[in-house]
Formats: sequence, C-alpha cells, structure tokens
Amino acid sequence: MSEPLAPPAAAPAPAPSPAPLLELADLRVTFATEEGVARAVDGVALVVQAGETVGLVGESGCGKSVTALAVLRLVEHPGLIAHGSRVRFEGRDLLALAERDIRAVRGNHLALIVQEPASALNPVLTVGSQIAEVIRAHQQVTRGEARRRAVEMLKAVGIPDAEQRYGHYAHQLSGGMRQRVLIAIALACRPHLLIADEPTTALDVTIQAEILELLDGLQRQMGMAVLLITHNLGLVAERTKRVYVMYAGQIVESAPTEALFAAPAHPYTQGLMAAVPRPDAPRERLAAIPGQVPPATAWPAGCRFHPRCPLAWEKCRAELPPLLPAGAGREARCWLLADGPHVEAAP
Amino acid sequence: MTPPVTPLLDVTDLTVHFTRRTGFFGSHRETVQAVSGVSLAIGRRETLGLVGESGCGKTTLARAVLRLVEKTSGTVRFDGQDLFALAPEELRRMRRRLQIVFQDPYASLNPRMTIGRAIREGLTIHRLAEGAAADRRVRELLEEVGLSADAADVYPHEFSGGQRQRAGIARALAVEPELLVCDEPVSALDVSVQAQVLNLLMDLQARRGLSYLFISHDLAVVRHVAPRVAVMYLGRIVEEGPAEELYARPRHPYTQALLSAVPVPDPLTKRPRIVLPGDPPSPVNPPPGCPFHPRCQHPGKDQTCVSVRPELVERAPGLRAACHKG
Repeated sequence: MSEPLAPPAAAPAPAPSPAPLLELADLRVTFATEEGVARAVDGVALVVQAGETVGLVGESGCGKSVTALAVLRLVEHPGLIAHGSRVRFEGRDLLALAERDIRAVRGNHLALIVQEPASALNPVLTVGSQIAEVIRAHQQVTRGEARRRAVEMLKAVGIPDAEQRYGHYAHQLSGGMRQRVLIAIALACRPHLLIADEPTTALDVTIQAEILELLDGLQRQMGMAVLLITHNLGLVAERTKRVYVMYAGQIVESAPTEALFAAPAHPYTQGLMAAVPRPDAPRERLAAIPGQVPPATAWPAGCRFHPRCPLAWEKCRAELPPLLPAGAGREARCWLLADGPHVEAAP
Repeated sequence: MTPPVTPLLDVTDLTVHFTRRTGFFGSHRETVQAVSGVSLAIGRRETLGLVGESGCGKTTLARAVLRLVEKTSGTVRFDGQDLFALAPEELRRMRRRLQIVFQDPYASLNPRMTIGRAIREGLTIHRLAEGAAADRRVRELLEEVGLSADAADVYPHEFSGGQRQRAGIARALAVEPELLVCDEPVSALDVSVQAQVLNLLMDLQARRGLSYLFISHDLAVVRHVAPRVAVMYLGRIVEEGPAEELYARPRHPYTQALLSAVPVPDPLTKRPRIVLPGDPPSPVNPPPGCPFHPRCQHPGKDQTCVSVRPELVERAPGLRAACHKG
C-alpha cells in the first residue's frame, strides 16, 4: 500500500509490463429503441491485471452493467456490440470467438456475479446441481466428482450443512444464502477473472459485509482478479486498488483508488464524492449535483457532463474532451486538464 | 435532547402481530411478530431517524403510526389523541395531519393520473381549495419541491426517479401535514439525486416546521437528516439516542456491528469490522431472551442473554440501549 505504482503483488508474471488479463479498447454497445439509437457504452477502454481488484463505478444508466455483459458477450437483442470494439482476455479476442468457444471461457476462466440472486438461479434445479453442472460443463469429471466439488464449494462460501443444502432449491434460501450460491457457481471452476456487478446491492449491510469478507478470502486463496462494478463509493474505497469512473457511456476518470479519493480530478467525480452522505460526518446539507443523467439516446454534445458541470465553459459545450493525463497513473476526460482553463474560463 | 413534554407523536408499547396462513392450501397458521413493545416520541419540528435491516419491522411500525394496519396492543397518540380510538370520520380528518412518503413514489401516484391531478386530489378530499385556487396551489407546491409548474400536466412515467419522488413529496405536502413519515424515501435514487431530495426534505422542514419519522436502512443517510436515531432489530428498538453519541459510541452490539459494516468512502479509514454470523432470525419465531443473542459477538454473552429479555436502559444522557452487557 505504501508503493502506489507497484504492480499487483499477486501477479506471478515478471516485470516490467505483463500483458493485461483483460483489456477493453473502444468498446461500443448500442441499443435500437423507439426513441432512437442508445449508445449505452460508447468507446470504453479499461485494463485489469492478473490478481488485482479494479472498481468500475457509476450511477444507473452510465453503462457499467452493459460493459460487463459485453465482456462475456451476453448483450441481448436489441443490443449490439459495434464493429471495431475489442475485448482481449488472456490474450484472446473474445469478440472473434465462435459461440461454442466463448461458452468454454464463460464460467470457466471468466465468471460473472450479478445483482439479483433470485432471478439468476434456476428455480427448478437444486442449488447443488447447478454448481455441479458448471463444473461438468468445463471439466472432464464424473458426476460423483462434480458433486463432491460442488459440496466443497458450498462449504467454501460459508453455507452451513453443505451436504443437505446441496439438495435445496433457490426459494428455500435467504437472499444472503442465494448470493453465496451464486458466488459458489461463479468460483466453481476457479476463474482467473471475476466480474462482480453490484454483488451485494440487494443485501442488508451486515450480510453485505459478510459476503465481501468471504469474497476477499477466496480471492486471496485463488489469486483471481476482480472487476467490481458498483454505484457505492464506500465499497470502491474499501475493496479496490484502482478505479474507473463511468458517466454517460464513457470512462471519465481512472486512477489509483487512494489518489482518486484524495483528490478527484473530474468535476463529476468531485460532485459524486461531495454528494455521498457519510456515517462519520456531522449533519449538514449535502452538495448535490444539479440536474440528472441524460438519456442514452441523447447524450449532450461536447463534454457529456457539461450541462451539470459548475465549471463548464465554451469549449466544454463544443468539443468532447479526450482522456487527458491527470498525474501518476491517472487520466480524466476534462478540458480543465488541457490548456490553461482558468484563463479561458473567464468571459 | 430529551423529548418535549407533549410530543406530537407518542407511541407507547406498540405491538403489531399478524397471523398468516402458510403451507399446503394455507393449512398452517403462524404469527409474525412484526413490532413488539415499541415506544417512541417525536416532538414538533423534530426528526427521528429509524434504522434497521430488512424484516426488522420498521415499515410495519410506519404503517401502524398512520393506522394503516391494526395494532395488537399499545397506543399511538397524535397531538394527544389516540389514533386507534378514533371513529372513521375523525380518523379521516386526522390523516390530513400525518402523511407518508414511500420509497417508490409509484405507490402514491396513480400512473393514469397527471401529477397535477394527483396533488389536487388531496386538496379536494380535504376541501382545502377548489377551482382556480386549487390550480394555483398545485403550481405553488410543484415549485416548492423544485419542479416546474408545467409538471402538473405530466404523467408519472414521464419523470425520472428523482422527479417522481419530488412529486410524491408535493402530493403529501398538499394537505398541510404536521408529521411526514418517510419510508426509505431516497433508497431507489442515485447518489447525485439522493442528495437533492435529502436537501429538499431538510429545507421543507425548516420552512414549514414539519416533524419527520425518517426510516431507512442506510445509516449514513439517517445521520444527515436526524439528530435523534432509533435502531430496530427483530421488531424491537434496541438502542435510541442522540445521533452524535449513538454513531460515535454505539452501546448495543447490534448497533456496533451495523455501523462497522457500513463502507466508508475513504480508502485511508481502516476500521475493525464486526462480521455477524448467519441471517437475522425470523420474526415468526424470535429467539427467547435478547432477540440479538444468536448473532451477538459480545465477549461477555452468557446465559442471561439467552433467557432474559433486556429492557431499554439509559446509558448516557438521552441514550438508551437494551443490552445486559457493557
């Protein structure tokens, strides 16, 4: 923690720059809607190294969940991953794989946990058989061996009476238990990357704490990388080493977590942090960001945050800023970082 | 910080139990002990925050305060009058003075009714304004909650979540209530919009002298609006007191665990976390003794905790906790 720029300790690859585990470049996902084409994800680039925990943070409709689905190629009609998008995982271009080859990756080396544990489990199969099924889909093992490993996984995620729970159905379990089962399914094949999309948002805060401690422990044991997708800045602060902030379909800032919280560079990140109520802060008015997120069918021209930005000037309304360097290992999509903004800002 | 002599809302030893049918063709009956022996008071212009996790009974308590569910025992007094003793007509008139804001504003806004009509409805029912005066009042209310006057002609689905919640608040305010029960009013909103609505609620309180019962699962949100906070677990209040004291030095092991579980948006803050084992027990079969004992991590936990239910005892000026230990 004292060396902010050191590569993640868990990565076995030799320095100086190992090929990233996951690399997104110019990822674009569009949805044809009645109101027009929604550019839900619009040119996202991000990198996850082996073993590290990376946050992807943003509010509803910013495109963070669609990004996750696109990585696993689970975007459904009418969504389309645009030509020219690149998703490289362990050196392979996932977008170029045949359907059967992407299936071999999904749930195996690359796993996903979603927010809704109720709808993600099959209601007519026992929870144990759903774990065994994933193991059998990816590994050459007997039914008996798959079952044994499934029970092991149930134990590993802290489910008491794992043997007995194997034969239970989703509706017989509490929300916290269901989320544990989903984690067991996701981790059954010891993935190298886990994409966790709001994994604890539907859970109570004490259950959330328990599940996250569990994930932490399993991550350390298995040495896997985690891409944590969340709206909760507290979770980002607590659980990640690096973070990407998303707004209106784009990455607007990326930074080491400590640096981001010490001094957010993008006005949106600044606004978001000021708006979060803190359990340890005295009672006072919160600094709200005015207005609301625009719809994905009508992103504003220029910088997409400019209608809500207290610092916007002419250039922001006219030109979309690129990601600009904002210090060591940091970038932000803001003209303030370009060319003497304070001078230009004056009318 | 002590409650005033005659509080606006005075709940004494309130218990709400439901019987529900379960099992094959509802052959089995069971009793859900949603609220058990809850007492609380809210003065004029005061906010009481009520925190607790799913199933702790906070929403049932809110509904009982408005007499939207029947009580099993205890009393709810509003401005000195026992709500459960009122005749239907008296209750209807009393309801004007107590309003509720829900988590999902769809629950209080008819999807086929424009926002203007929904707000106007309360004015008409309680004969507060008619005709052009009512139209003017609707526009004033919309502006008071930060919406434009032409929002009157809009349907709820055309609004964003934050705008809908503002409309829900305007509807509640139309009848000039004195107490607003806010049940998870910002839980469905994004952070940037949540702050807008919290600020609005605080402004309205200052301007109109409202009292709030502010219910949330989010301890950080409650901290911002409520100078006094009550913590609920399995149908009972386990700790209650001034927010500053309660957040800085929680006395009840459940409050301690709850606070330690909240992620703080500061990577340099490292706090010891109390992880609670298991899920909260069911309110159908609450454990004997202290309701929290099966998950309690207090090192001094003993047989007393298992068999004797602790009462709320004053532990600091104005702060009470229900724990045998500590």
